[in-house]
Amino acid sequence: MYAIIVGDNEIGYFLCKELLDKGHEVLIIEKNATKCEYLEKELGSVSLCGNGSEVAILTKAGAARADIFIAVTDEDEDNLAACQIAKQKFDVSLIIAKVNNPKNEHIFAKLGIDHTVDVVALVLEHIKMEVSISPLVRLLSLKERGLELVLVKVANPAAIGKSLGELSLPLNSIASLLIRQGQECQVPTPDTVLKLDDQLICLIPNGSKESIQAIFAS
Amino acid sequence: MHIIIMGCGHVGSELASVLDAERHKVTILDKDASKFAKLSPNFEGTALVGDGTDEEVLKKAGIAQADAFIALTREDERNAMAAQIAKQMFNVPKVVCRIYDPLREEFYASLGLDAISPISVFVKLIQKRLGSK
Repeated sequence: MYAIIVGDNEIGYFLCKELLDKGHEVLIIEKNATKCEYLEKELGSVSLCGNGSEVAILTKAGAARADIFIAVTDEDEDNLAACQIAKQKFDVSLIIAKVNNPKNEHIFAKLGIDHTVDVVALVLEHIKMEVSISPLVRLLSLKERGLELVLVKVANPAAIGKSLGELSLPLNSIASLLIRQGQECQVPTPDTVLKLDDQLICLIPNGSKESIQAIFAS
Repeated sequence: MHIIIMGCGHVGSELASVLDAERHKVTILDKDASKFAKLSPNFEGTALVGDGTDEEVLKKAGIAQADAFIALTREDERNAMAAQIAKQMFNVPKVVCRIYDPLREEFYASLGLDAISPISVFVKLIQKRLGSK
């Protein structure tokens, strides 16, 4: 597999390293010549010095034969431009953009970049999970299906002692896994009675996080 | 017409001043407030500090009602992104962006953007003066 990565930062570097270790062909396109020299020293000849959102540079990189194109620079406009060119001009089948400003995720989607990684949101969710600030954490977003996988902690007195069947979850929401202190994970049924500090992994439609949190946690 | 201009450099400030003098309603955006010093002393439009690739800033500039959006920052990528937001997200009827790189100009034109490369324009003008084309 031939992967092109635009942007040599922590994400670009470690992604490159991992793909190389797995035996893939990788090229990092980076504007900064000093960074390119460092890359050459560290990982061998894997870098191309230039602007990854220029048609000429992508041609030189052989973008037309790339299987995957990943733009991870710290500028959203650069990631958008690089991905659009890779998609429209070079017809790369799998294109992924890092989105730095969470507000831009829907703009990228509207402009034809289907796979985005919202780094800030991911980091925030992880921090929230580590320090338990929030009773509900998003684990995964299945964007193309309009679904989210969330982890919610049971703390609402109105839910404790009730069975799942008695609580009315938002339409198309499924409580898929129950994690209870000192027990094996189990698949809950409508008859499962909730206890304080149970944790539920739920598959829910986008936009229903608040109601799920209100039912189980508030 | 309500015209929003992104980037108050040499071209942006001059264009804003000219359109304002023609009695258009002009809003000019720049991330750097000191750039607004380039505007004509008679400029009566709105100068707004902010990033034109940010939806919220564009809303504040009144993009929902704008008749035209012109992207004139130094960076092609920023101009292209802002122009696409104006066109695709806010349906601004007339959107123009400056794209220096002629290869990119061609590419963005293929995406349906009205892109102008000052390099191509200038080269063509000189060719004409020289009578070479």
